[in-house]
Amino acid sequence: MAKQPSSLTLLRPDFAIIASWIQPGSKVLDLGCGDGTLLGYLQDTLGVHGYGVEIDDANILACLNNGVNVIQSDLESGLSGFESNSFDYVILSQTLQAMRHTEDIIKEILRVGKEGIVTFPNFGHWKNRLQVLFGHMPVSQTLPYEWFDTPNIHLCTLNDFEQLCHRHGIHIIERRVMNGSQHITIAPNLFGMLAFYRFTCGK
Amino acid sequence: MHDSESIGIVTPQRFYFDTPLSLESGAILDSYEQVYETYGELNAAKSNAVLICHALSGNHHVAGVYADNPKNVGWWNNMIGPGKPIDTRKFFVIGVNNIGGCHGSTGPASINKKTGKHYGADFPVVTTIDWAQTYVRLADKFGIDEFAAVVGGSLGGMSAMQLALDAPEKVRHAIVIAAAAKLTAQNIAFNDVARQAIITDPDFHGGDFYSHGTIPRRGLRLARMLGHITYLSNDSMAEKFGRELRSGSLSFNFDIEFQIESYLRYQGDKFADQFDANSYLLMTKALDYFDPARDYDDDLSAAFHRAKANFLVLSFSSDWRFSPERSRSIVKALLDNKLNVSYAEIPSRHGHDSFLMKDEHYHQLVRAYMNKIET
Repeated sequence: MAKQPSSLTLLRPDFAIIASWIQPGSKVLDLGCGDGTLLGYLQDTLGVHGYGVEIDDANILACLNNGVNVIQSDLESGLSGFESNSFDYVILSQTLQAMRHTEDIIKEILRVGKEGIVTFPNFGHWKNRLQVLFGHMPVSQTLPYEWFDTPNIHLCTLNDFEQLCHRHGIHIIERRVMNGSQHITIAPNLFGMLAFYRFTCGK
Repeated sequence: MHDSESIGIVTPQRFYFDTPLSLESGAILDSYEQVYETYGELNAAKSNAVLICHALSGNHHVAGVYADNPKNVGWWNNMIGPGKPIDTRKFFVIGVNNIGGCHGSTGPASINKKTGKHYGADFPVVTTIDWAQTYVRLADKFGIDEFAAVVGGSLGGMSAMQLALDAPEKVRHAIVIAAAAKLTAQNIAFNDVARQAIITDPDFHGGDFYSHGTIPRRGLRLARMLGHITYLSNDSMAEKFGRELRSGSLSFNFDIEFQIESYLRYQGDKFADQFDANSYLLMTKALDYFDPARDYDDDLSAAFHRAKANFLVLSFSSDWRFSPERSRSIVKALLDNKLNVSYAEIPSRHGHDSFLMKDEHYHQLVRAYMNKIET
């Protein structure tokens, strides 16, 4: 069955942003790749050669059904199965906030890949702030979980993430901030729902 | 049990090869016969062939039953058949009996034409490298330029890898299940205890037991009992047998008391009736010798540089004889060579034997992968 990248581009503006940062034909590692939709999209639209990394059994099966390479592995234990500098891009899409070893995975991304691409829900969005102000943990489109059943343990704002990068000498090449399909340029830490960062080693 | 998706009645066939086969050991096999079974139809382009490589005690009877013995069901019948994960409506599946075995292909129990006697201990040691050669010759007989997939578990997985390494142009996909890139010292140790059990059996007669009219049953039995323990997990044994007693009370002697003893002795007896002792020695040696990185300074990634196939590597969480860690080292070598590879670690309770069991997730993974293979 032929996929229709154009419709997926419309449905998933976040995919389009990630794709816009990736050179055609490059080597891509997608950490926490889920059912492999993003990787399949990058394969179809850019002809990348890639692998997904997933821990969930059902997602491994979905990846095989979607025709993408997938390696079952726990990201929390690092990327020891991957050689240093063996990928052009290492993507961590909406997974950072659910990881225990946040700093370790960022370091691993830049060990294995020449560039890192990380996306995460911005906890600093005004709706989240408002809910906290009214005395509740936020529940929103990008943070759809209640406090007691959320997998998200390391939520952060744009400022927080940039501070972490600074501390580790990571050079942010580009940042995009989205609210749905809308690009946010004014006060992104307040109005942005989803943050996209493309970064590399500072040195 | 009625199985609507079984391939049904199958018939073993054989090819005779009279071109000498140069073996890894330096020995030459002047001629040999290879027994095989096929299921499904080879398409016009001959692009839908799937080779099934067997493990230590397996053979060419992979699926279906025999007309004269409907109870003799192929060892991987739950995996292969119409509508099964390896679907015989799409693929032409070939089951093969390795040379050195004892189910029809030339092996130690065959008659050596030169002497008119059983080969016995004179049968040369065969390795996965030698088997890979025979697989290529088998493909040639069918006019198959390239297997759509080569599939195997355990030693069969190693054989599949070997073919992907030695004849890269012949393997489009390799499914390597519960295997390892080489045996650990512990694994070789288990194999040697099994071999010693056979070799030191007085009925073995240096491998020439055929002319003495004996079978080293005690040795074979012990070898199989030991092997069997290592193919199961502690949990599955506990679950299946626990400390259950056969008679309900202790009898304070060395007869069978615990159910596990009964089970193992039964397995040992059954095996001793069916399997040739010399073949068992050879198969365990083939396991021990498999080590594609040996010629590459122990660098498995360098060894896999010549491979071209796409790989699916599967391991089972409770398999301690060929642990997931061993499969991950294969995956690492494939990744280092940027080969297409997917890897799954399947939750299981049945140890190494899991690869033979019907498990929904396991079978779904194989099915999904096979579905994507273009013929």
